[in-house]
Amino acid sequence: MPMVGEQKIRAGIVGLATYVPERVLTNSDLQKMVDTSDEWIVARTGIRERRVAAPEEATSDLAYQASVKALDDAGVKPDEIDLIITATNTPDMIFPATACLLQDRLGAKNAGAFDLLAGCTGFIYAVSVASQFIEAGNASTVLVVGSEVLTKIMNWQDRNTCVLFGDGAGAVVIRRVPGDRGILSSALGADGSGAYHLYMPGGGSRHPISAEVIEQGLQFTRMNGREVFKFAVRAMEEGSAKVLQRAGLSVSDIDFLIPHQANIRIIEHAAKKMNLPMDRVAVNVDRYGNTSTASIPLALEESLNSGKIKDGDIVIMVGFGAGLTWAGMLMKWYDYRR
Amino acid sequence: MSAVFNRVKEIIVEQLGVEPEEVKLEASFVDDLGADSLDIVELIMALEEEFDLQIPDEDAEKIRKVGEVIKYIEERK
Ligand SMILES: CC(C)(COP(=O)(O)OP(=O)(O)OC[C@H]1O[C@@H](n2cnc3c(N)ncnc32)[C@H](O)[C@@H]1OP(=O)(O)O)[C@@H](O)C(=O)NCCC(=O)NCCS
Repeated sequence: MPMVGEQKIRAGIVGLATYVPERVLTNSDLQKMVDTSDEWIVARTGIRERRVAAPEEATSDLAYQASVKALDDAGVKPDEIDLIITATNTPDMIFPATACLLQDRLGAKNAGAFDLLAGCTGFIYAVSVASQFIEAGNASTVLVVGSEVLTKIMNWQDRNTCVLFGDGAGAVVIRRVPGDRGILSSALGADGSGAYHLYMPGGGSRHPISAEVIEQGLQFTRMNGREVFKFAVRAMEEGSAKVLQRAGLSVSDIDFLIPHQANIRIIEHAAKKMNLPMDRVAVNVDRYGNTSTASIPLALEESLNSGKIKDGDIVIMVGFGAGLTWAGMLMKWYDYRR
Repeated sequence: MSAVFNRVKEIIVEQLGVEPEEVKLEASFVDDLGADSLDIVELIMALEEEFDLQIPDEDAEKIRKVGEVIKYIEERK
C-alpha cells in the first residue's frame, strides 16, 4: 500500500447527498391496493410510508439529483471525478451502465464509469471498491451512487413484496482523508446458494422478455421473506464482527451503527447483539421502506445532519441483500464539513 | 426442572422480553407470550445456536408451546 511519509493513505467520505421522489405512498394507500393493514406492516417491518418515482423518472434521474448535490457538498467539480460507480438493482436499461448515463449528464468527462450489482448490499460493496482505487493510488476522486426505482419491478398484487420497498438515491464522494480518519476496514460476503430467495427472473438471458414471460409475471421481484430474514440477522452480526476484527476494535468501540434499512426487526436484532441503544442506530425505514442501495446513504445523511455522528466517531455500515450478499464497513468519521 | 428447561427459559425471556414466571411448559408462544411469526423465527435461531441444532421449518411450524420446544430439544440431544 502506498505511503506518504509514514502515513498510510486512507479513503473516506468527503461529500454526501440524497434525493427521494416526491410522491408518498402510505400504508393506508396500500390497504386499498392489496389485502394488508397498517398494523401488520408496522409491526412486522416498521415501515409507515415509502416514496414512489414518477412514471417518467428512472434510476439515472434520481442518481443525477443526488450526485449534483453531493458534488456541491464536497466542493468537487464534475471534471475532477476519476471514477463513477453506480450501485443499483434497477438500472435504466440492461445495458449500457446507468453510471455512463450519469457520467454524461454530469459532464464528468475524465471519469471511468460502471455499475455494480450486489443487491441491497451494493452501496457498501461500491464504497469498498472505491476505497481500494484511492488507496492504491489509481484514482483521487470517486463518485459512488446508490440509486433505485424498485417500485417499477414490484408486483402490486403481491402483498409479500410490494409493501416493503421504495425509491430513492444517495451519492457520496470518496477521496483521501487526512490523519487517522477514513475507512479502516471493510468485508464483503456472498452466499449464492440463496440466489432464489430474492430475485427477478425475467428480462435477462435466462428468461428474455416475451409475451409468455410477462404472462407468467417473471418481470417482478420474488422473495422468500423468511429465508431472507434469517440470512439478514446472521449477516448483520457477521458483517459487524468482521470489520471490527479487521480494524482491531471491539463492539464497545462502536459509536454509531448505520444498518441497511429493510426491516426494523432486523435492525433491532443487530443493535441488541451489539449492545447499542437505539439512539446510536440510524433508522429511517419508517419513512422510506427498503430503498436497497440508497438506504445506507439516506440513513447516513440524516444522522450527519442531525449531529449524531461527530468527528472521530467509529461508525459501522452493515447490510445484506439479493445474491445473497452481505457487507460491512468501519470508518473513523472525518468531519469534512467542519 | 431440567437443565434444558432453564436454558430455554433464559432464551425465551431474552428474546420475547417476558417475565421468567410466565415461561411455563403449557404457555403458548403466540397466545400467552405475545410472540409473532418473526419473534418465533428469531427464537428458533437462538435455540439452534444455543443447542447446536438444526431445526427445519417443518418442525419449527409444529412447535407452539414451551413444553414442545423442551421435548424437541431433549429428544435430539
Ligand atoms: C417479509 C416479512 C416481514 C414477513 O414476515 P414473516 O413473519 O416471515 O411473515 P410470513 O410470510 O410468514 O407471513 C405471516 C402471515 O402474514 C401474512 N402476510 C404476509 N404479508 C402480508 C402483508 N403485507 N399484509 C398482511 N399480511 C401479510 C402471510 O400471508 C401470513 O399469513 P398466514 O399466517 O395466515 O399464512 C419478513 O419475512 C422479512 O422482513 N423478511 C426479510 C425481507 C427483506 O428484508 N427483504 C429485502 C432484503 S434486502
